[in-house]
Amino acid sequence: MKKSVEFIIEKLVLLSGIASIVFVILIFVFLLKEGLSLFGETNLFSFLFGKNWYPISDPPQFGILPLILGSLLVTLGAIVIAVPLGIAAAVYVAEVAPVWLRDILKSGIELLAAIPSIVLGFIGIVTLAPFLKNVFHLPSGLTALAGSIMLAFMALPTIVSIIEDAIVSVPKNYREGSLALGATRWQTIYRVILPAASSGILAAIMLGIGRVIGETMAVLMITGNAAVLPTSILQPVRTLTATIAAEMGEAVSGSGHYYSLFAIGIILFIFSFIINLLADFFLHRKRA
Amino acid sequence: MTNIIETDKLNLFYTAFQALIDVDLKIERNRITALIGPSGCGKSTLLRVFNRMNDLIEGVKVSGSVKFDGKEILDNEIDLITLRKRIGMVFQRPNPFPLSVFENVVYGLRIHGEKRRSVLEAAAEKSLASVLLFDELKDKLNMNALGLSLEQQQRLCIARLLSVTPDVLLMDEPCSALDPFATMKIEELMTLLKKQYTIVIVTHNMQQAARISDECGYMLLGELVEFGETKQIFTAPVNKKTEDYITGRFG
Repeated sequence: MKKSVEFIIEKLVLLSGIASIVFVILIFVFLLKEGLSLFGETNLFSFLFGKNWYPISDPPQFGILPLILGSLLVTLGAIVIAVPLGIAAAVYVAEVAPVWLRDILKSGIELLAAIPSIVLGFIGIVTLAPFLKNVFHLPSGLTALAGSIMLAFMALPTIVSIIEDAIVSVPKNYREGSLALGATRWQTIYRVILPAASSGILAAIMLGIGRVIGETMAVLMITGNAAVLPTSILQPVRTLTATIAAEMGEAVSGSGHYYSLFAIGIILFIFSFIINLLADFFLHRKRA
Repeated sequence: MTNIIETDKLNLFYTAFQALIDVDLKIERNRITALIGPSGCGKSTLLRVFNRMNDLIEGVKVSGSVKFDGKEILDNEIDLITLRKRIGMVFQRPNPFPLSVFENVVYGLRIHGEKRRSVLEAAAEKSLASVLLFDELKDKLNMNALGLSLEQQQRLCIARLLSVTPDVLLMDEPCSALDPFATMKIEELMTLLKKQYTIVIVTHNMQQAARISDECGYMLLGELVEFGETKQIFTAPVNKKTEDYITGRFG
């Protein structure tokens, strides 16, 4: 009796373990099958580098270059904003803040991560967009910059907590060695501690990018949704994720449009995969 | 004046715990002074008073007087950066920064504003030569210092101090992470350095204190029990407690 219970439990656990892998494989296979069907209608080159995204005109044009550039532009903007802010915040939390404030700040940062992205997007539409419109005298505040700022705030919790971990795990004796040579606290931080934590910082940036590039709802709401080649950060753009979210509902199943959205999914998958791989590489190097 | 450091009625508290009790100590220039005693007796704490490293610990209170070169260093007005430049410290575990050998040696100069490449290079060569490391490492100045052996790392940490030309070297059990052979090499180095620098060493290794120091202080439970010439301490201690420790009956 006892033995059979053991057996059942063991197999159930095994099954659960395998299930997660099987699901990933199934999803990937489905994505590939649907996505690759597009290439009967168009070729890889005009898909990746075509400048026009008119999936339902006649004949349809499936160029996703504007979408890729839209995603890259918004992501790059977000990282440019989030990384310096994240490093500064992490340094403050880990090295400067008194203990009581440190705890409050850390919970605050975690709370920021807990805000649903749709709420951030909504707040962005009603506050950030009008603000940008007035500051830059734009016809509309719904631009790549608005998306970048919003996403920077979404990526910040990830970035801050990973960098903070990296800083805290820098051995105490580096700090002492530097201070004992007459270095000030700031000299110690930027000459010894940050270089010593550099792997963690790079990993944080990669994971931040991963978070940003996969984000959908807030971006869909706030970037203005114009699938044109972006020439400036003050223009409306559309990202890869937003395209899928906005058009999946109206794409006719089995049409070129439908397949092209899956093909976009493959591109996104490749992006995230590379970013995660890089993050893993940097985190691993830290331990080595 | 031959005394470079003098303490008078030095008391130190970690919040409620008293770690140093009425310590009166005089350290002579160009000598090696050893502080011995069982773990927790306050010898490392005393060492860390001299370069004010205890400031990093919260809740530390110090009273009394510590004079370095005739100047009171417990004064809040004192310039810690200059003080730590003149009184360098070598730690128990070698702690080179995760930078190149070269950047480690010139770190002190860089933080004090030196930018000229030629000055930095000359200082690096001189400091590495003083710790007898230059010939070994002259072709490896760009390698990461963490790749060196522990003994080389400890030498590098000493070279790092020498580049800012301090007066005093504080050494907190500098050989405790090293094997006997490497320990011997570092001890030889210390006797060489004594010509130019004053060395204060904390050690739990009595033989080491006997071998290298000119003067020696025995500490117990925060008090400096006995202080005098090393020879006298080890052959004819005045205090019974010192004798017990030296002869191995205690500790």
